[in-house]
Amino acid sequence: MTDLTRTPTKTSPKRPFFFRRGPMETIATVLIATGFLMLFQPFALVLYTYSLVTLLAGTVMFIIVSKFPE
Amino acid sequence: MATPAPIARRVRGLSDRAIAWAFIAPAITLLLAINIFPLLWAIYLSFTNYRANRPNAAVEGVGLRNYERVLTDPEIWQAMQTTAHFVFWTIVLQTVIGFALAYLIDRKFRGHAFWTTIILIPMMLSPAVVGNFWRFLYEPQIGLFAYAASMVTGIPTSEIRMLGDVSLAPWAIIIVDTWMWTPYVMLICLAGLRSIPDYIYEAAEVDRASAWRQFWSITVPMALPFIMLAVLFRGIENFKMFDMVTLLTGGGPGSVTEVASITLKRAAFESWATGRASAFAIILFVAVFGLANIYVKALNKVKQR
Repeated sequence: MTDLTRTPTKTSPKRPFFFRRGPMETIATVLIATGFLMLFQPFALVLYTYSLVTLLAGTVMFIIVSKFPE
Repeated sequence: MATPAPIARRVRGLSDRAIAWAFIAPAITLLLAINIFPLLWAIYLSFTNYRANRPNAAVEGVGLRNYERVLTDPEIWQAMQTTAHFVFWTIVLQTVIGFALAYLIDRKFRGHAFWTTIILIPMMLSPAVVGNFWRFLYEPQIGLFAYAASMVTGIPTSEIRMLGDVSLAPWAIIIVDTWMWTPYVMLICLAGLRSIPDYIYEAAEVDRASAWRQFWSITVPMALPFIMLAVLFRGIENFKMFDMVTLLTGGGPGSVTEVASITLKRAAFESWATGRASAFAIILFVAVFGLANIYVKALNKVKQR
């Protein structure tokens, strides 16, 4: 087989980290899960106090980044 | 019957898009009026000092004070832990028992349709009815539950106070919820098990896979999206659990069964702190919404496998 028959592969420029759906969705998921655990944990009141901020940050981030192209 | 000519003419003049909008407009209007508007209104109220028992009093903005109070209140924190305990155990028990029942019913033994109907009965009852008759069942002196428990454990019936004992009351509610909603989980799991094609099991038989191996490599992975869906539905529903707890214990003894929705109702309709109650409701909403988001993502991943 010669090189002429090989289909050229397109190399699209890589998006910056903050605009990549995969890793950003993972970060948002971790934030939501952490916030959720903080809200319902029985160990420290301070964690409960900051749970909403964590949850909200994760949820808003998830809504935004889930609109990014794959 | 043919469409009357004037209507047909009028419809013919509309684009497909306009017709589509005309069809969904009533549903969207209802959704906006019943769901979206109250949500936005609750968000607004959560930043005010509004009290529903004083509708004519001046409403003032209090910034984030309501959220601050809810998130630093040890009693509300305790209610969150009670909710988490309740949700965790009901989901674990309902999923395990529901899947086991579905697996048995799927064997298609003689009379399986009859037993399916019998198992589904608790789900069809009203929570008010279930709450009331389980209160009778839990009665220490005359209740069947106390009688049966006494026979098994040897403890006198008068000492088996399921609804009055601090350590037993949370479990009493978990048992009732599991009894009532396991059939629902079973039904969803059964749909999942019935959707697995027989030829996959036949191929596994040819490959001499053991029944254990077939269960873990075919049955569980293929029924997993259905199980996850059942967990999602029950999880969302149990975070809002109110009726059963109110009927069985009313949050007592003390406040050991006071789940978040009961605390919320007390803040809203006993203390009349509508603004604070709205803030609490929004916090619960954000928690369930956030979790549902990541759960749906996980569900889609499992489906794509």
